[in-house]
Amino acid sequence: MAAVERPFEPGDYDVVVVGSGPGGLQTSYCLRALGVRHAVLSRDDCAGGMFQRFPIFQRLITWTKPDAPVERTSREYEWYDHNSLLADEPELKALVPGLMDRAFDLPARAEMEAGIAAFAKQAGIDVRYECEWESTRIEDDGRLVLVTSDGEYRARAVVFALGVTEAWKADVPGLEHAAHYVDTRDPARYEDRDVFVVGKRNSGFEVAQGILPWARSITLGSPRPVQTEALALSALRTRYLHPYDEYMRGGPGTYVIDVTIERIERDGERFRVFTRGTTWDGQLEFDVDDVIAATGFRTPVRDLPDLGLVTVADGRIPALTPFWESVSLPGAYFAGNASQGARGLGKRGAGASSSAVNGFRYNARVLAQHLAEKLDGHVPSREPVDDVVTFLLRELSVAPELWVQKGYLCRVVSSADGAYVDDGVQPVAHFLDAPGPDAFGATVEVDEDGTILPTLYVRRSGEIREHQLAPHPLHDYEGEAYRNQLAGIVS
Amino acid sequence: MSVADTLGQLALFADLTPAQLEAVAHTHEEDVFAAGERVLRKGLSGGNFYVILDGEAAVDLDGQQLANLGRGDFFGEISALTGEPPTTDVVAVTILRCLVIPAQQLERLVLDRPQFALRLLRLEARRLRNTLEWQP
Repeated sequence: MAAVERPFEPGDYDVVVVGSGPGGLQTSYCLRALGVRHAVLSRDDCAGGMFQRFPIFQRLITWTKPDAPVERTSREYEWYDHNSLLADEPELKALVPGLMDRAFDLPARAEMEAGIAAFAKQAGIDVRYECEWESTRIEDDGRLVLVTSDGEYRARAVVFALGVTEAWKADVPGLEHAAHYVDTRDPARYEDRDVFVVGKRNSGFEVAQGILPWARSITLGSPRPVQTEALALSALRTRYLHPYDEYMRGGPGTYVIDVTIERIERDGERFRVFTRGTTWDGQLEFDVDDVIAATGFRTPVRDLPDLGLVTVADGRIPALTPFWESVSLPGAYFAGNASQGARGLGKRGAGASSSAVNGFRYNARVLAQHLAEKLDGHVPSREPVDDVVTFLLRELSVAPELWVQKGYLCRVVSSADGAYVDDGVQPVAHFLDAPGPDAFGATVEVDEDGTILPTLYVRRSGEIREHQLAPHPLHDYEGEAYRNQLAGIVS
Repeated sequence: MSVADTLGQLALFADLTPAQLEAVAHTHEEDVFAAGERVLRKGLSGGNFYVILDGEAAVDLDGQQLANLGRGDFFGEISALTGEPPTTDVVAVTILRCLVIPAQQLERLVLDRPQFALRLLRLEARRLRNTLEWQP
């Protein structure tokens, strides 16, 4: 059998994408659609990224509803399918629902992995697999060079789509003795054992839920109080909250507490955990069989911090601009889960959905357009908008980009030569801060109480004004009252 | 240095215990801005309260720099507490690292930690006095 030729020999490229998970594949698909010359490298031997291994307890927290009020090939369906990658071709859209057994509206890990692999195969995304990025340097002209197991790649921009999946342990004395979430496997292993889980975010609740039918007792502890009003609206609610529910109902043996972990000591085969209250005064000691560090993950950025990459969240996530470029290392962009390093406006503390496929797939598309314009001078096609009121209200009602990436992405309509043109989807922060022609930016925001507010930013002679539309119980902003309000704003 | 350790060195949080500082640091997000990025935007609703952990920022009114802010300084408190949009921009001058506390949570922090509220009030009073002295 002839050896399969591997794509993307080492050399010079406009863009190099590192990673073959959903972030890397979506970026490559979108760059290809815009004709940007790029290479895709992956240390893995096939597509799938984190979904080849995670979540450990085999069920996602993001939904896909196979049957919905709209066709699977429609743009509106993306709102019902938070897990498929985006494509222009109908046969490549919404691949995940077709692979689900419908036992649950949340796909199983294997179904998600199959969906990603199917996208890579059917879209024909070329990847140089088993090519490991090993180190990095900056050339005199500012270009980044990736040194890989196959040779050197020089690029005008590198898009790192590495995931946020490298086990990270908080700086707690003795936590080094504990297993990490990634090391937990068979729940039966915890039968009749007392378990302390350090951490109360996704992986903490996931592992607690996973071992709940087995463990004798489970205590989740971390400094941050559980914010039920935030959890109620988070993806976590769908599955992982049984331990918290048991605790709140007073079930003995399951505890969810607000403590700082002062130290962990080994005591033969057991552990002693020393804690101090953060939202209450006092100390507690726990004598347990197992300690599991569910303190999170980091982006495997290798030597990039040595080149000046600045990070947030205890060094775990790169700090990014609205177009997902490092705030400190020009030419280094991030796609996929790490795109959460750009928080956006963060109005009222609201964050985008960039840490999940449903959000970062849109980021990747906007990033690809941004790179095409910046590197190739690519001019986006700008379709005329005849009826700006109808167009903007339609976007505010159904645009999945705006509904998923609330407050982060907006639909822009600009005025040009006395007419309106569609300027596509852009980061809201970019629309507000960059100079430009008179324009409208439509986005969907959320107020303190979780009420969804369609919002229109108007840029006139460089000045920005904000207009919030009234909420609607069915989120339908296309009625007469909204038309009248918007007509007044745009005139 | 961890966020909790940094907060412990700032006047605003000087009265909180290490465990209380851990709770503040873990409850609120950290955000880093590139030099030149706007952090607070004049006239826009929903602004947060920001505490500078590292770097410099400028209070900017239509291109005119009114004040410079550095490590330990804070901004956004007036709009966060009154619910009115800010009357100036705040722009990152260098790479700027901030702790971000949304308005509703600032209110909770003020009510839960009176020592923090007193510090905030004193620092605010000092700012007001300095501003008045500058008036012609």
